[in-house]
Amino acid sequence: MSSATINTSEAFADIQEEITADAAADPTKKKLGVFFWICVGWIVLVALMATFASLLPLPNPDLGNYNSVQNAGPGWGHLLGTDDLYRDIFSRLVYGARVSLVVGFGGALIGLILGGIPAMYSAYRRGRIDTALNTTSYVVLAFPALVAVIAIVSFWGHNLWKITLIIGVFGAPLIFRVVRASTLSYATRDFVLAAKALGASDRRILTRELLPNIMPTIVSFGLIAVATIIVLEGTLAFLGLSVQPPTPSWGNMLNEGASLLTGAKGQTNPWLVIFPASAMFLLLISLNVVADKLRAYFDVTEIKL
Amino acid sequence: MARYITKRLVLLIIIILFVSVASFFLVHLLPGNPATTILGPNSTPQNVATVNAQLGLNKPLYEQYFIWLGHVFQGNLGQSYTTHQTTVTIIQQSFPIDLELIIFSQIIAFAIAFPMAMHASRRPNRLFDQLSNTTTFAMLALPAFVIAPVLVLIFAVHWHVFPGPASYVPLTQNFWSNIHTMILPSIVLALGSIVVYFRLLRNDLISTLQEDFITMARSKGLSDRRIMWRHALRPSSISLLASAGVVISGLIAGTFVVELLLAMPGLGYQLISSVNQDDYTVVQGITLFVAVAIVLINFIFDFLFTIVDPRIARE
Repeated sequence: MSSATINTSEAFADIQEEITADAAADPTKKKLGVFFWICVGWIVLVALMATFASLLPLPNPDLGNYNSVQNAGPGWGHLLGTDDLYRDIFSRLVYGARVSLVVGFGGALIGLILGGIPAMYSAYRRGRIDTALNTTSYVVLAFPALVAVIAIVSFWGHNLWKITLIIGVFGAPLIFRVVRASTLSYATRDFVLAAKALGASDRRILTRELLPNIMPTIVSFGLIAVATIIVLEGTLAFLGLSVQPPTPSWGNMLNEGASLLTGAKGQTNPWLVIFPASAMFLLLISLNVVADKLRAYFDVTEIKL
Repeated sequence: MARYITKRLVLLIIIILFVSVASFFLVHLLPGNPATTILGPNSTPQNVATVNAQLGLNKPLYEQYFIWLGHVFQGNLGQSYTTHQTTVTIIQQSFPIDLELIIFSQIIAFAIAFPMAMHASRRPNRLFDQLSNTTTFAMLALPAFVIAPVLVLIFAVHWHVFPGPASYVPLTQNFWSNIHTMILPSIVLALGSIVVYFRLLRNDLISTLQEDFITMARSKGLSDRRIMWRHALRPSSISLLASAGVVISGLIAGTFVVELLLAMPGLGYQLISSVNQDDYTVVQGITLFVAVAIVLINFIFDFLFTIVDPRIARE
């Protein structure tokens, strides 16, 4: 085991850790705080609106209403205004959230299944399989995910499910590393030894002894993974390589807004930049805050005895 | 030390082999036939067979891979089907733009993160520290594709401080206009790096400043400034240095976004336009180049890191 190598992935995990490490101001007080619940509320609201978008009284997001004003600012007819194709920006934001959430949570789930389950088993059993999987994860992580995803998506197609799958697969090695490190820190503890001595099966030890202990790490890192994946999808969409127009996503709305910025097409619409950018910012910061507070909440090492 | 370096070198070779295999098979295993792409409407079965034979696509895959790898080692990454430039020429023309962006952004990031972290760590949890902590935490939620259009809207469209899209001037043509066009995209890229550098340096400085040798220096009557610069800064910048390789590889997404947004013909811009034109050799070539570059950058930083802190190799 090259435990001391400062590897890309380890350094990355460290940075993630360090970045999120210090937001909990007072470690002795174990409270999630109002801000935490506001952020949870926002994520839930976005998720609910995206899920039930078709039940809401929203105009068609893909078709403009040519009776309304083009590139209108926020107002009563159209809550957040219209874009260059007479389409309702609010409706497009709500439907666009679907893309971000499906790719974000779906990709993280795929990553957890492909990376997390082998990681637990590998860290618990050690041996050759562990060495092999560990080296594989180093090697795969060395390949820049964005470039790989761009290359695959460009040859395979821009379908929502394909993008979710690809991003999930490329996220798996990183999740593998995090879950493996977390499992390793518990796998040699006395309570695991005790369970073994009592004759517990591997399956029981993994699910009943180890899983509850690494669950906080999985949840908070999982949320960071969701945020990271949403950023990756947004970048792809901004580059025009995610779901294809007219289907809205926050990334391709920002792209459309940015292309109108200079007025090169004879029209300008700053709102088409401001609203998707704000929506994305609020969702990402909520995910970061929730992940961070949960991590601090469950972190036993921070309790000062 | 020697054993450590050998181990890292072996891993490097494995990784580069994987990267080359991945870049090769990316194109060959996925649906779509290059011959039909090249021929367009002329793709009759016979024509397709002829083109396949010309490109060597009728040989077994592993044989094709080694032929391709041989070409790569001779500096031949193929040719664009649309512009007929060689991929190597495209990379030679566009890579300096990315390099310039990365260098500028890192200068800006260091110039902001260092003073900020040094000031914040002097009085932890006081106003400035909390303020900069909150700001950098919020900046985590501002990826390049979100903040870049907003900054262009404010600084280029509204205030005309910086030039807007499609105003890129090559460095060799006009030095100052080139710098002027580079500032806005570099700021966008710097934001992400500032977050990482500030947070790492601040945390390390706070723990270093509590060490005994700092108390010792204080009791000797050294000034705060001298303690910060001569005693605390160097041992605190190790994790920052370790992160630099990762941060730089993380800049890819940002450079792609600003290049597309501001129509700067860098690697990202070229990659996206090749993708949009189904120019598969160029996509393959740029993918390989970027991946190998990132792998090498990380390797070099790992290596530099063991020189700065030899304890790592010893374990």
